[in-house]
Amino acid sequence: MEFNLDLNTTWFILIGLLLTGYAILDGFDLGIGTLHLLVKDDLERRIMLNSIGPVWDGNEVWLVTGGGALFAAFPEVYATVFSGFYNAFILLLFMLIFRAVAIEFRSKKPMRWWRQTWDFAFSIASFLIAFLMGVALGNIISGIPIGPDKEFTGTFLQMLNPYTILIGITTIALFMMHGAIYGVLKTEGELQNRLKGWVNNTIIFFVICYVTATMSTLIYFPHMADHFKEFPLLFILALINMLAIANIPREIHFGREMRAFFSSAAAIACLLALFAVGIFPNLVLSNPNPEMSLNIYNSASSTRTLTVMLIIAGIGVPFVLAYTISIYWIFRGKVKLNNMSY
Amino acid sequence: MDVEILARLQFAFTIAFHYFYPPLSIGLGIFMVITEGLYLKTKDKFYEQLTKFWVKIFALTFAMGVASGIVMEFEFGTNWATYSRFVGDVFGSALAAEGIFAFFLESGFLAILVFGWDKVKPKMHFFSTLMVSLGSMFSAVWIVVANSWMQTPAGFHLNGEGINTRAEITDFWAMVFNPSSVDRLLHTLSGCWLAGAFLVISVGAFYIIKERHLRYAKSSIKIALVIALCASLFQLFTGHQSAVGVSKNQPAKLAAMEAVFSDQENAPLYLFGWVDEKGQEVNFGLAIPSLLSFLIGMDSETRITGLNSIPPQDRPPVNIVFQAYHFMVAIGFALILISLLGLFYWWKGNLFNQKWLMWIFVLSVLLPQIANQLGWITAEVGRQPWIVYGLMKTSDGLSKAVEEGQVWFSMILFTFIYLILFVLFIYLLDSKIKLGPEDAEIIKSEIGHSK
Repeated sequence: MEFNLDLNTTWFILIGLLLTGYAILDGFDLGIGTLHLLVKDDLERRIMLNSIGPVWDGNEVWLVTGGGALFAAFPEVYATVFSGFYNAFILLLFMLIFRAVAIEFRSKKPMRWWRQTWDFAFSIASFLIAFLMGVALGNIISGIPIGPDKEFTGTFLQMLNPYTILIGITTIALFMMHGAIYGVLKTEGELQNRLKGWVNNTIIFFVICYVTATMSTLIYFPHMADHFKEFPLLFILALINMLAIANIPREIHFGREMRAFFSSAAAIACLLALFAVGIFPNLVLSNPNPEMSLNIYNSASSTRTLTVMLIIAGIGVPFVLAYTISIYWIFRGKVKLNNMSY
Repeated sequence: MDVEILARLQFAFTIAFHYFYPPLSIGLGIFMVITEGLYLKTKDKFYEQLTKFWVKIFALTFAMGVASGIVMEFEFGTNWATYSRFVGDVFGSALAAEGIFAFFLESGFLAILVFGWDKVKPKMHFFSTLMVSLGSMFSAVWIVVANSWMQTPAGFHLNGEGINTRAEITDFWAMVFNPSSVDRLLHTLSGCWLAGAFLVISVGAFYIIKERHLRYAKSSIKIALVIALCASLFQLFTGHQSAVGVSKNQPAKLAAMEAVFSDQENAPLYLFGWVDEKGQEVNFGLAIPSLLSFLIGMDSETRITGLNSIPPQDRPPVNIVFQAYHFMVAIGFALILISLLGLFYWWKGNLFNQKWLMWIFVLSVLLPQIANQLGWITAEVGRQPWIVYGLMKTSDGLSKAVEEGQVWFSMILFTFIYLILFVLFIYLLDSKIKLGPEDAEIIKSEIGHSK
């Protein structure tokens, strides 16, 4: 198939980049959430929470903006996916709500039951958000039943099958690993030592999931490999991905925490790039009728809207990157609690 | 109940719940910019402490706004998929622009506003406060633009046939500055400033009554009273502009707002009343002759279109719109009156001795919130039966893949979760207020020792 960088493809890439930004950034704060209950001491839990304190909200904006961009650029996909996955998305929204208020509410009151309740809510919500996002990706790989009017015709339970559950668990493992590395970056002393141990465990967990997921994708959904057969050069992505993951324990061992974090971020970016290459030019594959798939042409907005949105992105994105980088720079270094902390 | 009613109820409920918080964020944003500006100017630690107190309250309302706002971003897709397919080109663009221009700005600088007090220099911190405030208003800009396009669509053409018809942008700026955008944006923003100002006034008056944190209370009330007077007078102007706009662009809505049934000159303006929609009359009402015509056209001969000139299937429910609109206007005047009373006694130098006024201040926090909700009810119910005025009916915008049971499931859960959250929000707000600005250090030590 021919590849040319037209407007629709550009928007496919831009939305991909937004979601990659989301996965890298919110990925580590969801990861912190999945590890939260493993930390028992209240002070240490506060350190965990405050490690993501100034940034979690901004990280979530990547998802919200990704949703808005999807709505603007590929409204048919936005409409089909959100109405089709209704129950799953409603559940996801509830988890996002609970997680946001849990972070904000937890430290406002000293009572033990109060804090434990919100700790629990924060952690469960983080797990479920990661899981549901993985399940959504799994469904896009495996394809969902779509009718001729572009409407989803399946059921909620069809979406939960062994393959999509596996992708869900893989996503949890990925974010756990990513979160543990971020934790190492932001903490010191005894807590940091424990987090280092978890980095090793979660890497093993992730690698097992990743290998299983890759094998099952290649066996059951070989269409994901088509572009890689056509353009073997793309295999470099898979290679960089493996090298990035293998590099993490090495960097942790030498105490180069920042480099470990960037390795992990690179691994996430490669994973999503592999996914994007696999599905291109479809956005939602129709299974069993592939000809009904929603792709970047039959589900897109008008050329004018795509152009206007590109101008908006061109003006806005440099600012977004500037704020994001400045905020992470200002809040660099280890967590220190003060009277404005959570 | 059918899917349509449920989906509408759910949307109304989730948006109404969400709309408690952003107005507070926008209103408090302005207030914090002023107090922190005073800190930079006077170098008086008092203003820093004052700002920090309100930042904490701001952070709480902001978190609630984010949590309930994410729902809104996706609810168009979950429950209104057909609408989303129809308007994605136009409406989606405004939402995406909101994300890029407003949310990133707001959330980025919020980090510095809340957590960055000793990470950056005071000037940089002030800049962050300014940016958060600006970001929250940018967000209002894009949302009101998107909603105004649903009221007065412009800058688009229809492409395709039957179920494949799409509204596509032809002129981006005409879409952004559609006939009602500017009036409605100013009206909305000024309602937000009022929400923030009266929260500050209410908390301050509570401290005065309890004789605590007096310096903080007095200073807060004075600043907020000035904002309140400006915003409530400005609201009169923007409200008038909006109504004139509605008469031009959405005659059915204006007719419902004032219960005008037959086309008429010298149309009266009701101060209150109860609309009998079947009998086409207003009962128990008090009307000022010709005033509506006069206000709309500055001439009592101005002809007002009545509901009877609009096909029956295109008319909005009248009494709801009438009541919502009239209560909103009444509250608007009450806010002007309360602000004037406050300024009068301040000028006389004995504002804080007026216990009765302090009690009115304490309760006044509810008024702008109620008026904001009523304003949106007027705007949205008044647009019915259209989801996009004149282009698509609300009943045609639903998701086809979503069944009644699913909406029941989400509706019950939303109701349950939002009720809990609202109670907790009020509880935490209350305990923050009771703790007050001077005791911030005490929270720290309590937390430090607890396990």
